[in-house]
Amino acid sequence: MSDFNIINTSGVSKNEFSLTVISGKGGTGKTTITASLAHLVDKEIVKADCDVDASNLGIILEGETIEQSKYVGAKVALIDQAMCDQCGGCKDVCRYDAVDIVNSKYIVNNLKCEGCNACVVNCHLDAIKLIKEVTGDVIKKDTKVGKLVTSKMIPGAEGSGKLVTEVRRVGKTENTETLIDGSPGIGCAVMASVTGSNHSLIVTEPTQSGFEDMKRVYEIVANFDSIPLAVINKYDINEEVAIKIEKECERLGIKIVGKIPFDTTVNEAVNNLRPVIEYKDSKAAIAINEMYQNILKVIEGE
Amino acid sequence: MNIVFLSGKGGTGKTTVSTNIAYLNGFNYFDCDVEEPNGHIFLKPVINETIDSGVLNPVINEDKCTLCNACVRNCQFGALVNTGKKIMVFNELCHGCGTCSLSCKYDAITEVKRTLGKVEVGTYEKAKFVRGILNVKEPLAVPVIKDVKKLINKEENNIIDSPPGTSCTVVETLEDMDFAVLVTEPTRFGLSDLKMAVYVVREMKIPFGIVINRSSQDDHIITDYLKSENIDLIGKIPYSMKAARLYSEGKMMIEDEEFYERFKKLSEDIIKRVDNNERF
Repeated sequence: MSDFNIINTSGVSKNEFSLTVISGKGGTGKTTITASLAHLVDKEIVKADCDVDASNLGIILEGETIEQSKYVGAKVALIDQAMCDQCGGCKDVCRYDAVDIVNSKYIVNNLKCEGCNACVVNCHLDAIKLIKEVTGDVIKKDTKVGKLVTSKMIPGAEGSGKLVTEVRRVGKTENTETLIDGSPGIGCAVMASVTGSNHSLIVTEPTQSGFEDMKRVYEIVANFDSIPLAVINKYDINEEVAIKIEKECERLGIKIVGKIPFDTTVNEAVNNLRPVIEYKDSKAAIAINEMYQNILKVIEGE
Repeated sequence: MNIVFLSGKGGTGKTTVSTNIAYLNGFNYFDCDVEEPNGHIFLKPVINETIDSGVLNPVINEDKCTLCNACVRNCQFGALVNTGKKIMVFNELCHGCGTCSLSCKYDAITEVKRTLGKVEVGTYEKAKFVRGILNVKEPLAVPVIKDVKKLINKEENNIIDSPPGTSCTVVETLEDMDFAVLVTEPTRFGLSDLKMAVYVVREMKIPFGIVINRSSQDDHIITDYLKSENIDLIGKIPYSMKAARLYSEGKMMIEDEEFYERFKKLSEDIIKRVDNNERF
């Protein structure tokens, strides 16, 4: 998680397409909306899937892998058993409870080890070293709608924020104009996805949870040099809460660019591996189209 | 006994299922989804106590520091920088591991707790309610999860609501769990993320079963996979607009008669599996 930039250092000019889709709450429709936007944007941009814990954009955009590389995003401690005198010093200083005693040998549990180096520094025999750990693959794909950078995280790996940063970095080397599918939550992975984006699109839903989480994730966006936009997905599930969200957005200065009605076509599209926008007459596709036009107006400064 | 609810994919219904199961059984509820804790919306607890949660960050005593650079060299997170005049600490990057103070030969580093969030402790009905809340703009969620988990008494019956995903926050939450309920939905996205979650619970050797939420004619997407992997399907909750509406209003599913029966059955099916497990 350790190296993300707090400041927008991307140097992307303000009217370029540089949008990150986030939500706070999970499952509000980030990937569905991102996949449709990927089909709607009619210029060459790079799509990046920064939801490394659950990277699903590639499921819809498909395409051929053109490059795949291992990403070393963490380190873990390794104890040389031949040198170890079982003094237990490593276990004493480990604050992550990552050293287990197995058959009276001291063994590092890689899932818990943060690679912090404390045990290495404390070992009086120099029997421990940090070794590099691959935390995932970064994958470049050629899809029908242009380049996609995605990843395959090793589940349980440390430092998903770093992998997000790497996916974003690789994406930016292809093209400064990007569409990023972000991750849920408000922690390091989200901060790493929003970094350097001109605009952040918050996908929310009219539920108490959606409302609370939107407010929290907005505070993250407000901390970056990224203009917040919002779309209310499935707005007709509870129109009272939808109105509450609209009012809150107005108060916070978040521009609402769309309201998408609940539509069973969305799940049908996902399960047929198609973006919902291809179901042209569906309620969702029509609303997403309108949302896209509104986003363009914002980017063009109208 | 600790039962954890996780999903891989966000928004599949972890909180819906875990709060209703907790309520039905009068089990303690621990919200480890500290980035977006939402269990309180449904269980409506009374909070009696709020505990500060954080990590230890180094403070450099400049009178004692010789700029030997050992702390900077050993820190793996880039949290310390030698400007030539002093050692600067970047608190947001610090994981609180203590490597810098171990490295310092001049006793120039003390560690001071920095707040990352808080843990709220209270009750709902007659059971314990605990939730962690990560402060906005803080990237490190794991220490707050640890502080929530310190309040778990394994002798009691506990439901733990996990964050989504499969990274370090989930691994931390899964530590010391007796049984995992994986909540998924019958979509390709649900399946893809479920596979990641299955990988993690297997890696951590936690017995587990699956609940399909928003069950529909597309269930085969999940059930085909479960069959091929010989994974236990505990139960299903059908898709319904009424359920979506109840959720949106922050109401428990069991307030509805039809869902009460369903959740009662699901709850029994979960408890049966937990009890059958030899680890108890």
